[in-house]
Amino acid sequence: MKVSELAEKLGFEIVSGKEGLDKQVVGGYACDLLSDVMGNAGEGQVWVTLQTHKNVMAIASLKDLAAIVLVKGLKPDKDMEAQSHEEGVPVLSTKEEAFETAGRIFELIK
Amino acid sequence: MEFEFEVQGGDFSNAGQASSRIKKILKQLNVDPKTIKRTVVALYEGEVNIVAHAWKGKIKVDIETEKIKARLSDEGPGIANIDQAMRDGYSTASEEVREMGFGAGMGLSNMKKNSDEMEIHSEVSQGTTVMIVNYL
Repeated sequence: MKVSELAEKLGFEIVSGKEGLDKQVVGGYACDLLSDVMGNAGEGQVWVTLQTHKNVMAIASLKDLAAIVLVKGLKPDKDMEAQSHEEGVPVLSTKEEAFETAGRIFELIK
Repeated sequence: MEFEFEVQGGDFSNAGQASSRIKKILKQLNVDPKTIKRTVVALYEGEVNIVAHAWKGKIKVDIETEKIKARLSDEGPGIANIDQAMRDGYSTASEEVREMGFGAGMGLSNMKKNSDEMEIHSEVSQGTTVMIVNYL
């Protein structure tokens, strides 16, 4: 499933990085510890987090993640948003919290 | 081929740039994707360690025909007890760094897991040097 379809089906707002909306989503990872994501997330996964700073994009890019999903209505910091465009990794946003968000993504793509 | 990068302590907005450059180079060299992934994880953790703990540092990466060697050396507080620092969950990161989601005490063990060989030398109040080797 493409990032754009996932966003549409789950009603996630597309905040930035539209360039990467055609990326394929193969799974997900939910965590706010950056080293844990660095060590364990896999290529093509969507990353559910509440972290909104630029280092999130560095990790997403280095790990070839499909997209970031920010929970609880959070929006990326300005420099995170800019890097999302640069790297072509979309940042999505949802009002729900991490538990519900991960559950809904899992239901959709399992 | 040798590449060298300067890393500034505390400069989180540029953390990951050296790792990102190396990733691009390894891709251009058609290195096996699995080796690229491991090397990039190890380098990124090392780069963030310099940013989070040291005053400044250097990352030197040497790509040879059969291996990738990286040497991450910093001027910084050093590590008093390396065995303790290697343990998952142990961290001396500041509250500010932890709030960003860093400082979970997983950095060095991530480096170890993602390298074929790893060596640490450290002197308190002087700095730390980490060397990693990944075979191609």
